[in-house]
Amino acid sequence: MLAETTSFTLEAISARPVRVEVDIHRGLPSFQIVGLPDAAVREARERVRAALVNTGYEFPMRRITANLAPADLRKAGPGLDLALGTALLAASGEVPGEKLAGWALAGELALDGSVRPVRGALAMAESARGRGCTGIILPEANGPEAALAPGIEVRTIGTIAELRSLSTGTLPGRRAAPAALGESAALPDLRDLRGQPGLRRAIEVAAAGGHGLLMIGPPGSGKSLAARRIPSVLPPLASEEILEVARIAGACGAGPLRAERPFRAPHHTVSPAGLVGGGNPTRPGEITLAHCGVLFLDELCEFKRSALEALREPLESGEVTISRANGHQTLPSAFTLVAAANPCPCGRGEADPDCRCRPDAIARYAGTLSGALADRIDMIVGVSQPGTEAMSGPEGECSAAVRERVTVARERMAERLGRGRANASAVRSEIAELRLESAACKLLTEAGRSRQLSGRSHDRVLKIARTIADLEGCDSIGEAHLAGALQLRRRAVA
Amino acid sequence: MTAIGTGRACSDCLRRSWLIARLGPFIQVACDDRAGRRTPELLRLSDQELLRAVAPKRADQFLTENAGLDEGELRRAVDEAGCWARCRHDDGFPEGLADGADAPVCLIGRGDSFRLEEVTMSDSATVVGARRATGYGLEVARSLGAELAASGLIVVSGLALGIDGAAHRGALERGRTLAVLASGADRAYPATHARLYRRIVETGIVVSEMPPGTRPWRWGFPARNRIMAALSKITVVVEAAGRSGSLITAEMAADAGREVGAVPGPVTAGPSAGTNELISSGAALIRDGNDVLDRLFGAGRLRPDPLFGPDLADHEVPVLDAVEAGEARIDSICAATGIDAGTVAAGLARLEVAGYVNCSLTGEYRRTGLPAPGAYASPHE
Repeated sequence: MLAETTSFTLEAISARPVRVEVDIHRGLPSFQIVGLPDAAVREARERVRAALVNTGYEFPMRRITANLAPADLRKAGPGLDLALGTALLAASGEVPGEKLAGWALAGELALDGSVRPVRGALAMAESARGRGCTGIILPEANGPEAALAPGIEVRTIGTIAELRSLSTGTLPGRRAAPAALGESAALPDLRDLRGQPGLRRAIEVAAAGGHGLLMIGPPGSGKSLAARRIPSVLPPLASEEILEVARIAGACGAGPLRAERPFRAPHHTVSPAGLVGGGNPTRPGEITLAHCGVLFLDELCEFKRSALEALREPLESGEVTISRANGHQTLPSAFTLVAAANPCPCGRGEADPDCRCRPDAIARYAGTLSGALADRIDMIVGVSQPGTEAMSGPEGECSAAVRERVTVARERMAERLGRGRANASAVRSEIAELRLESAACKLLTEAGRSRQLSGRSHDRVLKIARTIADLEGCDSIGEAHLAGALQLRRRAVA
Repeated sequence: MTAIGTGRACSDCLRRSWLIARLGPFIQVACDDRAGRRTPELLRLSDQELLRAVAPKRADQFLTENAGLDEGELRRAVDEAGCWARCRHDDGFPEGLADGADAPVCLIGRGDSFRLEEVTMSDSATVVGARRATGYGLEVARSLGAELAASGLIVVSGLALGIDGAAHRGALERGRTLAVLASGADRAYPATHARLYRRIVETGIVVSEMPPGTRPWRWGFPARNRIMAALSKITVVVEAAGRSGSLITAEMAADAGREVGAVPGPVTAGPSAGTNELISSGAALIRDGNDVLDRLFGAGRLRPDPLFGPDLADHEVPVLDAVEAGEARIDSICAATGIDAGTVAAGLARLEVAGYVNCSLTGEYRRTGLPAPGAYASPHE
């Protein structure tokens, strides 16, 4: 007997459809899986056998061949277990397989027949809808995530035994309700940042325009504290962004579902592949996990040079293409880069009398900082220890108030650049169209003369100035906006 | 325009140069770790005495070797390195080196933008200081170099990291500078200053008492310092910690009967401990180029015209005031002036573009030496 079901295998963050065909023939008892399975898929034989036997189904003692099509696509992970088991039951006549026509399945089987959650449920549900499926059957734990996908019915089951209901003509399991996405109340708030008006202002501008921010200051000056509070001042995610973030988080098994902007802070030992994605099979990197959110690189100078270089292209384009021998993947990676660094190797800063760094060590350190990447970080802000007065003083402005201004500024940008875009993503032709007041033009020319602004710097200064003007609700860039931008986009060489 | 070549250095003086370079490792051992005091004493000795002091066993061998050096070879070596040589028997030898007992007998140099004889004691000023300098020290050294060069003086320094480099850079902005090296004059040491070295060769002079190609020995630095101290009538130490080599230079200058000046710093700051100490023991207090000119030519004479920066807008004045008062960071300027961060930031950017302040990589603002015009009176005046 022949039977087939539809399932998915995960490639980075997208779900590729897989047809699972099972054929049962006379012959010596055996169970073969063909069609480029990886080790986890090949081991499915043992899980499926045990799960079927332990839930009271009969496992056919005949020659069983399972084929996973298309045969040239690598199938990875245990998510095909449920589809294999179901196809096998349909082929041996234990359940009426035709009732499942138009339905896809995914789930990992436990030996007792219960169904375990898989990664990438939302991506699978969307892929199923794209193939014209009626619905998808998933493990219970995946239901809320998958049900976020519009236009497809999601049913969840607890064990493979529930497929028996097909014999009575009812679909197995329960209809899943979409997850109620809320922001966690515990998002760290900007009011914890006391004093430090310069840093606050830089954060507001960075959040409004999506500009990269490098904070330089001694340990304990509040760089990490400030970085962790940036997501709370970014505008709320748009509905399609929520889906993108949930799809990525689901495919990577990263944390509970939330409608908040991701905050990723990889350790400085991260490899280039870990940062931008890679490996075999290809897995998304930290920059994709930070899509729509903040990527925080603490101790910027400690990162491998190769890892930082790999950030360049995604920083410019908002996506990363990972090409490998077995194909290539384009992953979204529109993140706001926030980095922190110490002012000198010992961390105290040259102004501190306890700093004992040698001048050549400091020069080398500054060279690392002002190297290629610093030219791509839009803004540099110096951070100092807040004084005791500021620490014991009143709390700073709360995130909600800042976020309101940021959101209004983003709306102005969206009117000019198009939906969902911020000033940081403006391209040269869009920058050329910006209106400058004559005093601002004059200041820009003077600054170009005295500070040797490179072409890239010139464009970045204009983008930051535009963001400051947007925050103040002005239509053209004034002299004060441009001066403010020049102060944030400092020449990186002291 | 100087005649390039070695025509005016006599062969004995050239041979002395080569002898010192040959004895490099022996002098190193003889000086041990007291190079600062011992080197000038050794270099004061005649060839025979020097050999007896540092390499008694091989004295005769070295002496014969040295006497056997072919004069033509030496001159060719100097030419091939793109250098020229002058010795003390030459009329054009710098005035400051002519009288001293421990002065070098020969200088080998590069660069022909001005003549070596123009480096007279009263037409030059030596500016030295710590390699590990603060932003304050660097800025003072740069503006001191620029002001002195602008008033026609040749700024003498040692091409070292920190203060020396800043003084050279400042001088290159506005006039002439001379670098004295511890290595051969054809070698840019430290390598980080290779570009600065090339700029000085193009528009100034680089000299050394060592033959071309000589590596810098540890004892070569105090030896170099004694030349710097002797060249000009005044030696200004910009920044020096308690045990800095610059203090030895100051001591050498005082021993040679030259004037010593020092730039004061906060009494709490380690990097200024040495200069404050110098002032307390009688060195002239130097605040800017005018103080140096006063010491050289008497109070109030020969002043460079102050170059005022562009006019200040009203709202920039309190920000500049705050920076002058020592508020280096945007946060503290906001606190001191009560102005919001955006306005302060914009003001700082305008002041930086105009050249009144500069900013370090870590976000510290500092006043430059550029005087502000007219209505605006600095709190120091």
